[in-house]
Amino acid sequence: MMDEYRGVWVFIEQNDGRIEGVSLELLGAGRRLADKLVVPLSGVLLGYEIKSLSREVISYGADQVYVIDHEVMKDYRTESYMKAVINLAEKYKPEIFLYGATSNGKDLASAVATDLSTGLTADTTMLDVEVEKRLLEASRPAFGGNIMATILCKKHRPQMATVRPKVMKAMEPDPDRHGEVIEEPITLKEDDMRTKVIKIVKDVTKKVNLAEAHVVVAGGKGMGDLQNFQLIHELADTIGATVGGTRDVVEAGWLPHEQQVGQTGETITPKIYFAIGISGAIQHVVGMKNSEFIIAINKDPQAPIFDVATYGIVGDALEIVPKLIKEFKEARERGGEMSYV
Amino acid sequence: MHIVVCVKQVPDTKIIKINPKTNTLDRRSAPAILNPYDAHAVQEAVKITKTLGKGTISVLSMGPPQAVAVIKKSIEIGADRGFLISDRAFAGADTLATSYALSKALERISKDMPVDLILCGKHAIDGDTGQVGPGIARRLDIPPVTNVIEVAEVNESEKTIVIKRKITNGYELIQAQIPCLLTVEKEINSIEYSPMPNMIKAARYEPVIWSVNDLEEVDRTQLGLKGSPTIVGKMFTPPKPEGGKRLEGNADEQIQQLMELLNDKKELFAGK
Repeated sequence: MMDEYRGVWVFIEQNDGRIEGVSLELLGAGRRLADKLVVPLSGVLLGYEIKSLSREVISYGADQVYVIDHEVMKDYRTESYMKAVINLAEKYKPEIFLYGATSNGKDLASAVATDLSTGLTADTTMLDVEVEKRLLEASRPAFGGNIMATILCKKHRPQMATVRPKVMKAMEPDPDRHGEVIEEPITLKEDDMRTKVIKIVKDVTKKVNLAEAHVVVAGGKGMGDLQNFQLIHELADTIGATVGGTRDVVEAGWLPHEQQVGQTGETITPKIYFAIGISGAIQHVVGMKNSEFIIAINKDPQAPIFDVATYGIVGDALEIVPKLIKEFKEARERGGEMSYV
Repeated sequence: MHIVVCVKQVPDTKIIKINPKTNTLDRRSAPAILNPYDAHAVQEAVKITKTLGKGTISVLSMGPPQAVAVIKKSIEIGADRGFLISDRAFAGADTLATSYALSKALERISKDMPVDLILCGKHAIDGDTGQVGPGIARRLDIPPVTNVIEVAEVNESEKTIVIKRKITNGYELIQAQIPCLLTVEKEINSIEYSPMPNMIKAARYEPVIWSVNDLEEVDRTQLGLKGSPTIVGKMFTPPKPEGGKRLEGNADEQIQQLMELLNDKKELFAGK
């Protein structure tokens, strides 16, 4: 019975007619899985007046795009999206189905997995397939330890996973790539919906946008206390960087949650990342390891953060950071040397 | 209004230690606590019933007998009563089997007192999946709204609720029909100090404990390890990246080297 299930699917999340980056990344990851299994890669695109986006889905690697374009699907809602996705999955039977680990992606995947009675792995950071058994190997950091767990779903199909944004690589888009667009009808009516999106409010005033920062100064529990943590803010202010922190720091109330970098916070890829007083637990590292230039400052020469750092300084952050701030200020006063902002 | 809050006992990840040899958790090192997100869910239930001037708050948990502690903690925050489902048959459940067992308990609870609202934390800090809440909603066929940051309005006569749901760059305002299930973010409220009568009640409180036999129409093949489609295939230490250079010398020398390196890379500051 499981043999009926073939093909790799990616849920294409779009907001206001713009495809989320994670969906394009998943097309890249899904392409590799589909090639190994020698099956087509398909995108599932839902929304209202979004059919034209299927070209983009194909250019990023899909062989097929299933499109449901309907007014009921205008804004994301669990009940409408879930019904559409379940209908498609029951009809076409994919063996692997991937979603971005965004609020909506996780919400949707959880509901779909329940109805399809299948396994779902959350917040995956590594994906592979065991070709002979056609098994998806979805790996994620295991709770608490510096260790990864590979989750398998042997007896149920589709095998589903949500995948962290910014850990997979999108392909270079090829506008000449060929693919098939399959439009599916849907019978949902607005009157049958039990939830309504009254309005969507974009927070444009939000000052901290870690995801888009070029330079991030992040601090960990190694800073000692809230007062010492102000050095992190001061260094960031000096060089025009955005402040980030570890889960510990957020739990301690030194930073709001939106500034948390890591598995349960943001995954970011800035040009420069300062990791100060951060030991480098895997939950943190998955959120920042793809930064271009990583500078780690830590007292403990054995700290795992040094394994991912481009350059490491073994030393006391409370001694080093004030000196760094002074150097940067002097460099700026000299002018012309480094322009930070 | 009858609100049921689903709560979980978790190891305190702030305190837990890692065995450096095996790279796994030393579970004995961690005290068990009420999952912090669930505490906010209980607090929100208290807030809702206060605003309405009436209502009953039940808490439901699944776990070993010692999970009674998180029900007592919920009573302290302001819940009225608690239920624990505890049985070897539930052990080893993944998120699918967990939502099945909890939904069976919820059906039993609602037989005596229909449930209007189910609240859950956004996720548990030991698994970080966030999959059980939406799973319960599906099994009971009620709408789920995840990542809730504010309950703006509860209209008992119209049977509707208005909620703010956090999204990537802002929030959306959603109206849902009651009954429904919400999963809450921490910023939805702050945990208040428990009043003394709650503390006294919690100390003496003994929750209802149900085994699998106390639940009705249970398909045992959907419970516990047997009912879990996912398994842990292997655990491994991720390949260590090569790591970078360690700067040498005293603090001042290291800083000088770093400043030179950054000067060479100054285009990165501009985001190039």
